[in-house]
Amino acid sequence: MMTPTQALDTWRHDKRAAIVATVVIGLLLAVFPIVIGAALGNSWLRILDFALLYIMLALGLNIVVGFAGLLDMGYIAFYAVGAYLYALLASPHFGLHLPVWLIIPAGAALAGLFGVLLGAPTLRLRGDYLAIVTLGFGEIVRIFLNNLNAPINVTNGPQGVSGIDAIHFGGITLAKPISVLGFTIPSLNAYYYLFLALALLIVFVTIRLENSRIGRAWVAIREDEIAAKSCGINTRNIKLLAFTMGASFGGVAGGLFAGFQGFVSPESFNLMESVMVLCMVVLGGMGNIAGVILGGILLTLLPEVFRHGAGPVQMALFGKIILDPEALRMLLFGLALVVVMLYRPAGIWPSNTRRREFRGESTDVLKEGE
Amino acid sequence: MSAPLLEARAVDKHFGGVTALRDVSLTIEQGEIYGLIGPNGAGKTTFFNVLTGLYHPDGGEIVFAGDRLPASAPHKVAQRGIARTFQNIRLFANMTAMENVMVGRHVRTHAGVLGAVLLDPRTRREEAAIRRRAEELLHYVNIGDRADDLARHLSYGDQRRLEIARALASDPKLLALDEPAAGMNSVETRDLRELIEGIRADGITVLLIEHDVKLVMGLCDRVAVLDYGEKICEDVPAVVQKDPKVIEAYLGGSLA
Repeated sequence: MMTPTQALDTWRHDKRAAIVATVVIGLLLAVFPIVIGAALGNSWLRILDFALLYIMLALGLNIVVGFAGLLDMGYIAFYAVGAYLYALLASPHFGLHLPVWLIIPAGAALAGLFGVLLGAPTLRLRGDYLAIVTLGFGEIVRIFLNNLNAPINVTNGPQGVSGIDAIHFGGITLAKPISVLGFTIPSLNAYYYLFLALALLIVFVTIRLENSRIGRAWVAIREDEIAAKSCGINTRNIKLLAFTMGASFGGVAGGLFAGFQGFVSPESFNLMESVMVLCMVVLGGMGNIAGVILGGILLTLLPEVFRHGAGPVQMALFGKIILDPEALRMLLFGLALVVVMLYRPAGIWPSNTRRREFRGESTDVLKEGE
Repeated sequence: MSAPLLEARAVDKHFGGVTALRDVSLTIEQGEIYGLIGPNGAGKTTFFNVLTGLYHPDGGEIVFAGDRLPASAPHKVAQRGIARTFQNIRLFANMTAMENVMVGRHVRTHAGVLGAVLLDPRTRREEAAIRRRAEELLHYVNIGDRADDLARHLSYGDQRRLEIARALASDPKLLALDEPAAGMNSVETRDLRELIEGIRADGITVLLIEHDVKLVMGLCDRVAVLDYGEKICEDVPAVVQKDPKVIEAYLGGSLA
């Protein structure tokens, strides 16, 4: 039996295997929402759509935390920026209805700018200190959104913005079933395909960055900032670039979220969300793209599985519901996290180097030298 | 004679009340191997850190290849052609040996985000050139067979070599080595000496901090001695060895 990492290596070296694998995976991904919709119903399709949004977020945060090693606890702020930009530019709130192809890139750009705003004052910070400042940044953004309804009503405060335009391209809106060549694509499936396309684009960009001069510079900063500087890396710019790239992915996901949900409020962007995305990165396997995607999927699905599963299981076992599924959900979820960290401390699917690091294969000559 | 490659003019550096460097001036000529020695705590590494922009000097200036070096800007110093190694090896531990050297090429390459994502022909060529050069350098320092090993898994001596390869990757005019022979046995030290002589033969000027006096005296064209942050002597090894102030600094004056 091949491990997933070995399989990836094989595909990388064997062109024909790679093409076959791509076609098969592509077909599976295309058919997946139809199967899920038929077997489990629309609520699971929605969860699937959200899983794709979270994958985008996790990949964005992975650039900052996984590659550059900068612990960001306020990442959800960039998601909020993207979401609110979409909400304000395409809703009755200001009476603006700008096209999607304009707002989503604008959301990415604005979130990227916020990334610089966060990055610039925190350049000298690392680890715990950076975590505290970024955590504060996330809260500041949320509290601003909550209170910017006076003296001029910009964000509509805690009520949030509703009636947001669904994502649409020209006359085709994703909010209603779309007919193509006699097939009808339900709304949730259409969103799935759009989100999948953008998630794949983000995966592509991330892979290219990882294997570039820029990606190496990020990892070098994570490994040893002083040595990186002495190698001629302008650590200020390269760190800001990490913040910007990561934030822009968050901005894209935020815009899609607003269009998908039709409603945004500050509550959707609290600290817990930042922690969730960070968990996806860490549990999935920091720095490894495939691991981070897996983390995004698992951490979106697990709480829902517990939510939907806890009731029926208790009924079958005890004949009555002893513990409220809603309360049990987070308990089981927390337990799952602890188990993963105990048995797979480098993440479920770690990058090769991190796995070796945690397994302690090395004799750690470097530490002795110091 | 042409202008010196590097000229330090009255460099001062204090840490609180402690004077780490006082009025240190020295000149390094193009193509020489220049040794910087002195007892522990004499300020050798501090001088390195000022030179490479990690510390901001409190006074004086350093002129390199005709221009004043920017203070507190390590990446600009590297850009100008000074590469260094560290006394307590600072590799990118969880990157492969190959990747470490590839990072060293950063300052001589240009691909940005757009190039990285689009992977246009120019970026492709640049990437290939980085890889090729990194391979060459790994072979040059004799660890070509360890290219795919993590830096942290290399032996101590190989880590020292890898650090030199990474420094060479930036095409330096001046290579500054901070105690490269520390912790090496006599065979490793001999190999290191050959390596440094080879680097000089390739036209790169070498600045060397070293405790191994035998190595310094055998290898260096000229030597400067620091003691308590001040330069007490600068000359060819044969003269430095006989200088009473140097003997005093090393053996303790009041007892002699």
